[in-house]
Amino acid sequence: MFSRISQLGTRLLRENRAPANLPNSRSSYYRGQLRRRLVPEKSILFSTATSSTHDEGTQDTEKISVTFVNKDGTEQTISVPVGTSMLEAAHENDIELEGACEGSLACSTCHVIVMDVNYYNKLEDPADEENDMLDLAFGLTETSRLGCQVIAKPELDGVRLSLPAATRNFAVDGYVPKPH
Amino acid sequence: MGRERLLLLHHATRRLLLLLPRSRGFSSSAGAAASSREPLHVCVVGSGPAGFYTADKMLKGHEEAQVDIIDRLPTPFGLVRSGVAPDHPETKIVVNQFSRVAANGRCSFYGNVTVGSDVSISELQKIYDVVVLAYGAESDRSLGIPGEDLRGIHSAREFVWWYNGHPDMCNLAPDLQSTDSAVVLGQGNVALDVARILLRCTSELAATDIADYAFDALRGNTIRKVYLVGRRGPVQAACTAKELREILGLKNVRVCIKEADLVTSTADEEEIRNSRIKRRVYELLSKAATAHKGYISNDQKELHFVFFRRPTRFLPAEDGSTVDAVQLEKTCLKDGVAGKPVAVGTGEFEDLKCGLVLKSIGYKSLPVEGLPFDNYRGVVPNLKGRVLSSESENATVESGLYVVGWLKRGPTGIVATNLHCAEETVAGILEDDKKGLFMGPGSKKQGRRGLLEILEQKNIRFVPFDGWEKIDSKEKMAGQLKNKPREKITTWDELLMAAN
Repeated sequence: MFSRISQLGTRLLRENRAPANLPNSRSSYYRGQLRRRLVPEKSILFSTATSSTHDEGTQDTEKISVTFVNKDGTEQTISVPVGTSMLEAAHENDIELEGACEGSLACSTCHVIVMDVNYYNKLEDPADEENDMLDLAFGLTETSRLGCQVIAKPELDGVRLSLPAATRNFAVDGYVPKPH
Repeated sequence: MGRERLLLLHHATRRLLLLLPRSRGFSSSAGAAASSREPLHVCVVGSGPAGFYTADKMLKGHEEAQVDIIDRLPTPFGLVRSGVAPDHPETKIVVNQFSRVAANGRCSFYGNVTVGSDVSISELQKIYDVVVLAYGAESDRSLGIPGEDLRGIHSAREFVWWYNGHPDMCNLAPDLQSTDSAVVLGQGNVALDVARILLRCTSELAATDIADYAFDALRGNTIRKVYLVGRRGPVQAACTAKELREILGLKNVRVCIKEADLVTSTADEEEIRNSRIKRRVYELLSKAATAHKGYISNDQKELHFVFFRRPTRFLPAEDGSTVDAVQLEKTCLKDGVAGKPVAVGTGEFEDLKCGLVLKSIGYKSLPVEGLPFDNYRGVVPNLKGRVLSSESENATVESGLYVVGWLKRGPTGIVATNLHCAEETVAGILEDDKKGLFMGPGSKKQGRRGLLEILEQKNIRFVPFDGWEKIDSKEKMAGQLKNKPREKITTWDELLMAAN
């Protein structure tokens, strides 16, 4: 446990060098009252610790390959630890998938389109609550899902997900935050 | 203890991580080329979802953009704070994202500044290259029928602002103790919100961020029956499946839907076929109409869906000043414009007794001096977010003036709708910038410095984002004592005091 904490500590230090301009004291607004039904066990809150905290060094968590396809046709292939949601994976890999409600099934901004119906069929059917949100998704298709509800599993290795036009990152040329 | 520490660390790492990816483009040549450019001074009027998404897209889309967000309230986030129901905390999580936008070094927040009275649109245009109006809809459509101003009749917006602790509505004091029946006119999500708040067990509201006075009033409320009245049928109901599913599943509430109302015409069936959301809403209503409700307790409340009825007048009680009933006319559906069915009165009337009426028939935007305004549609005339001089065909584009959110497209949609809406408006701004529209000779604007000068001259005490953070932490601290996420500060004076 302690090694885990210190490991996260170093991670924190490392990441602090990034031009992050949020003071550490700022905590999440409205965090207290979440009803996290149907949210994967590893919720996005724990995203940085998904793959490497357990049994560090002794055993690699199984990973699958996932390709995100932007509207402009560019592709990003990333490797995603089994058990991680596509929303978490996207955020960890610099893919601008929106996630307004942070995976609590209260918005439709992490909408992704599974590009191959065979892969789509390997997913569990969406729950009513996910369908309620998909009702409102921009550019809904027959193989649409919410990224927060698609959890990496071995059968999904090689899956391709496209981001609908409206949630595409606008910063095509690369967004540069200004350090201050 | 160990776990708590870990959780905290996880919180912190995640927040940092979310900011990390943006550093990737650092070495790109685009960054170097643009650094010699003048900043693009952008002012966003309104800090709700439309305003914050616009700021976000603007900062990402233009490396030299300096974005100032103005709000008339001391608190940011618009309807996420004063519109989203207290029992929908998940929907409010988006403020985490908005707060990260506000923390960007190129973004500033100026609360307690009213455009129109404190600073005019033309003043803003003089000091900013780009002014984006995102101030939403702070008024209501009216029915225009007799008796509309009787006591006991409120707009849903007023009621929502009241229970959400909006400082302009904290004194509404709706009478919830003189009647057992409330009528909600409208069947959209706002209608469902207010009905749900009236019907939900107050024990379930206790742990939400509902305003304390509203909680007390609801705890003593005598309303047992809520009628949701719609002019059209279940196929045309404007609510979404999530909200409907939620209200149909309320504890200790009997749902009443007349099965005869569920009979569909061929036009209805066509509508259901063409719209996934209509189909799912209709299915939920059908299921609820036939669901077997086993145990009926004495204190059970009732939710009645009343379809095919339109209000024609409000009838006063004996005192002459308080509402006692709504007169409803039965309707039937006729083909309207663009295949949309419209409700037409049949000449058959009935009275529905009630002591409280909440009109949930739509929000309405208000005009501001010096701004083109389409009074009929209640929006600012625009072409994909570029403000037009009028709604006529030969209107001209108002240079440097843009609109987004409800003020641009009318009061519909969910939080995420503003994401797409903001993308469209920002795309227009970036296009105009590329065309050199903001770079003409002598067009150098002062931006933030100019705004601060005006505020100082007029002696306006604005609330910066860290002022809001002080309010925020005070609210959270007070909430902790009551096991609520926050105890909202609900008066202007206290808000301004807390911000200092």
